[in-house]
Amino acid sequence: MCLAVPMKVIEINGSLGMGEVGGVKREINLMLLSDIKIGEYVIVHAGSAIQKLDEAEAEKTLSLLREMVEKTNYFPSELLCMNYQ
Amino acid sequence: MGLEGYRDAELTEKIVKLISKVDLPHKIKIMHVCGTHENSIGRFGIRSILPEHIELVAGPGCPVCVCPASDIDIAIEIALQEEVILATFGDMIRVPAKINTDKDKPNSSLQTAKSRGADVKIIYSPLDALKLAEKNPDKRVVFFSVGFETTAAGVASILYNNPPPNFSILSSHRLIPPPMELLLGIGDIQIDGFMLPGHVTTVIGMNPFKIFPEAYLMPTVAAGFEPVDILSAILNIAEQIKEEKASLVNQYTRAVKEDGNQKAISIMNDVFEEVSAYWRGIGRIPRSGLKLKEKYSKWDANRVFDTAHKSLCAGFDIHPSCSCHLIMAGKIYPPDCTLFSKKICNPDNPFGPCMVSIDGTCRIWHRYEGKT
Ligand code: SF4
Repeated sequence: MCLAVPMKVIEINGSLGMGEVGGVKREINLMLLSDIKIGEYVIVHAGSAIQKLDEAEAEKTLSLLREMVEKTNYFPSELLCMNYQ
Repeated sequence: MGLEGYRDAELTEKIVKLISKVDLPHKIKIMHVCGTHENSIGRFGIRSILPEHIELVAGPGCPVCVCPASDIDIAIEIALQEEVILATFGDMIRVPAKINTDKDKPNSSLQTAKSRGADVKIIYSPLDALKLAEKNPDKRVVFFSVGFETTAAGVASILYNNPPPNFSILSSHRLIPPPMELLLGIGDIQIDGFMLPGHVTTVIGMNPFKIFPEAYLMPTVAAGFEPVDILSAILNIAEQIKEEKASLVNQYTRAVKEDGNQKAISIMNDVFEEVSAYWRGIGRIPRSGLKLKEKYSKWDANRVFDTAHKSLCAGFDIHPSCSCHLIMAGKIYPPDCTLFSKKICNPDNPFGPCMVSIDGTCRIWHRYEGKT
């Protein structure tokens, strides 16, 4: 029950919408998000969209990781992630 | 969205190499607290590719497993009443209520209540329960709601939007940071780093986890669920340990914002208040459960059905022969339990809660045996 899936928003009707992943469509609760648009990706957990997925961030993390593994002198805690301290 | 890169075999292999090269002062143990993480770890065989000196252990990340037997007893009592439809997630149906060791008295569950005439419906989303209430105005529809912050947020949004009067919630919601803190206070569990559950963190953000690096000097990294997510979180934790640092790091930036989902947090705070709550196999933990606030009490099944006196049935939470309590504390692994995957305990015939739920560590290990 704890499994969450990324879905593409393909329909919006007020606070409800339709999400799609791999050809499977499901009604989703959009009440937890503001300004959601058709075509955007959201993480759906137990029928509720809990957040938008940030495509730019997804690519950034990957390219930082790729860069890091190619380096010999690496500092993952600086390169890898946003550090809050 | 192109997430394939997060499963890229070459990248995965390179990160594993970097992990092996980190010069660690001792063997380390990283704990995660999420059934979805355990599923990914099993599915992708993550443990088998890690160097021997890095251990990855599951903590109390299964909301169905930690739901106390007394709450299931209450759900059964409500479900057996007239004109009631009790809706809940599939996993909840087979979890045993209070366990008695007397062989002549079979243990009850919502499934056995169903055979006694209770109208119990399995649903996928709290929205389905809401629809049941709308379609059956002459019935009282109770949603027996378990889950961590991720599920609680969706449930809160339904209550916030004025559901019909025949709808109510039996809340067995639990919060993730309190048991993590509790485990750090137990002397015989050595934990060297935390991998934070990506979707709980998506909802509540990074701030509630600051205490772990700050007060407990624990490297703490929020991670997604693909192999590259999990391995890069492990690499980061290992690096921090090597450098004797303890930082809060967000590896899952495509979903987790530092402040989390502010709208979800404010709806949850409007609907729920934190209360002391009991965890099956763990015990009572302060401020670790969610109860409906007074202004939402007309949708609180505990109020509608006056359950206050009903939580004291006799019996065990965990059968004396079952080791779920040790597994949920990260003290042992499922194969350490002598009943694991035997005739007496398997997914078709679960003996303890950890073998029932798809988030349960025993059930996941049974599924991926040999790989984990
Ligand atoms: S294998 Fe079965 S009996 Fe053993 S700890 Fe897991 S659920 Fe309990």
